[in-house]
Amino acid sequence: MASIPAADMIPEVIAPSPSPMIYRTKLPVRIWHWINAFSIFVMLMSGMMIFNAHPHLYWGHFGANFDQPWLTIGNRGHAGYLWIAGLEVPTTGVLGYAMDTMRAFPPLVTLPGSYNLAGARQIHFAVAWMLGISGTAFFIYGIISGHLRRDLGLKREERSIAHLWHDIKEHAQLRFPKGEAARAYNPIQKIAYIGVIFVLIPVVILTGLTMSPTMDAAWPWLTEVFGGRQSARSIHFLCAAGFAGFIVIHLLMVVLAGPINEMRSMVTGWYRLPKENAK
Amino acid sequence: MTLITRRNALVGGAGLLLAGCDQIIASPTTQSLLKIGEDASYGAARAVTDRNALAREFTRAEMSPVFRANGTLNPGTAEYNAMVASNFADWQLRVDGMVAKPFTMGLAQLKAAPARTQITRHDCVEGWSAIGEWTGVPLGLLLRRANVSSNARYVVFHCADLYSGTPYYESVDMIDAFHPQSILAHHMNGQPLTVNHGAPLRLRVERQLGYKQAKYVMRIEAVASLDGIHGGKGGFWEDHSGYQWFAGI
Repeated sequence: MASIPAADMIPEVIAPSPSPMIYRTKLPVRIWHWINAFSIFVMLMSGMMIFNAHPHLYWGHFGANFDQPWLTIGNRGHAGYLWIAGLEVPTTGVLGYAMDTMRAFPPLVTLPGSYNLAGARQIHFAVAWMLGISGTAFFIYGIISGHLRRDLGLKREERSIAHLWHDIKEHAQLRFPKGEAARAYNPIQKIAYIGVIFVLIPVVILTGLTMSPTMDAAWPWLTEVFGGRQSARSIHFLCAAGFAGFIVIHLLMVVLAGPINEMRSMVTGWYRLPKENAK
Repeated sequence: MTLITRRNALVGGAGLLLAGCDQIIASPTTQSLLKIGEDASYGAARAVTDRNALAREFTRAEMSPVFRANGTLNPGTAEYNAMVASNFADWQLRVDGMVAKPFTMGLAQLKAAPARTQITRHDCVEGWSAIGEWTGVPLGLLLRRANVSSNARYVVFHCADLYSGTPYYESVDMIDAFHPQSILAHHMNGQPLTVNHGAPLRLRVERQLGYKQAKYVMRIEAVASLDGIHGGKGGFWEDHSGYQWFAGI
């Protein structure tokens, strides 16, 4: 029942409360989190507007109206659909046709709301700088401060399949770590953050650069790595879907784990360790 | 009597939210902040990349089976129709502006001039790409022949097609103008340029997007500033819809 106070805890904080507050999230991490929360939302929304200009995805170097896409979001009159490699799903009201608009992504989720490719590109490429610069700064901070290794690196005992499987089952049953175990990120959480920081963000930036004809000329390895500009565009879109999926699960976890405590820890850094055996 | 359904309230609320977002985006402050990003992209592209880097060239086997024609598919003006009827026999390209020796050149002369053939990828701002083969006269050759002034900073391409009464035009900086792959193409995929692809002459600037690839080019003008040329933003789409002048991304 009683949690053992850590050596660095401030006595008056632990004394009256059975579930102590800990300073869990350092300022640079919080700043980066909120810059990302803003920039990734803006990138997704302006990106969906850009996608609306040509709602088809292809593999390879080229791909246009006469070529075979692997994904299309379209509409037949007032019926919207999503077509993926031969499989068609009706999506009226969500994709293809929604809000009385014949567009792949509806006005509610795009920036700007009205069709404006030039405006969306202006937003997308300006905020891309914000995402790239803050990401680079965070990366340097994360390495120098040891944050990446200490807080996101999987500990030896966390690297076994059995341990991860146990953690997945606990998550699926909405049983989250309590007490001292909640002091650090849990393994699935670490893997999700590692996926965003080391896979999604670098790949989305590199595939974004691959869509630039000037960058392709300067760095020809870009199209080599991704298998062509249209493949890069497809991967860019899949990364965006990955970000969207991450955000949904991330927000769901915040709500399930205690939104006030989680929000406070990401705003002020202070996090209340959840009580053990709480009923 | 008005029935406020949850759906209506949701759609109405969303409408207000959208209008609010669009208002923030349209504000001069937001626009000037976003312009910093645009300038940074152009600056970075010129600062950190090799200015003479060549766009990838492909083999015939890698070409698009059908190359999509986009933008104006036929200028359709009386003057243009007459040129098509005479197979561009009297058509003349004019090279002028800040040059010591302005000149005009007929299509036969252009076709007889040294040419470069390249199979390159055309990227539309909308997101699609098509690969085709282009043959034409290097733009640098024409600019050198006209002895372009060292004070010229841009090259403007005036075109024969009109968009709701406004002539299409485009412009590039001197780096792209003298880039070895910047050509005025008179052949595409081994055939004389067709009307829908910009006959008799179109620009290829291989490190920029499709809207820079001006079709139906009639006149090439070297200038020190883009101010005072049509809307002053350096191109039809730039003036008309706010597309970025630097179309390298």
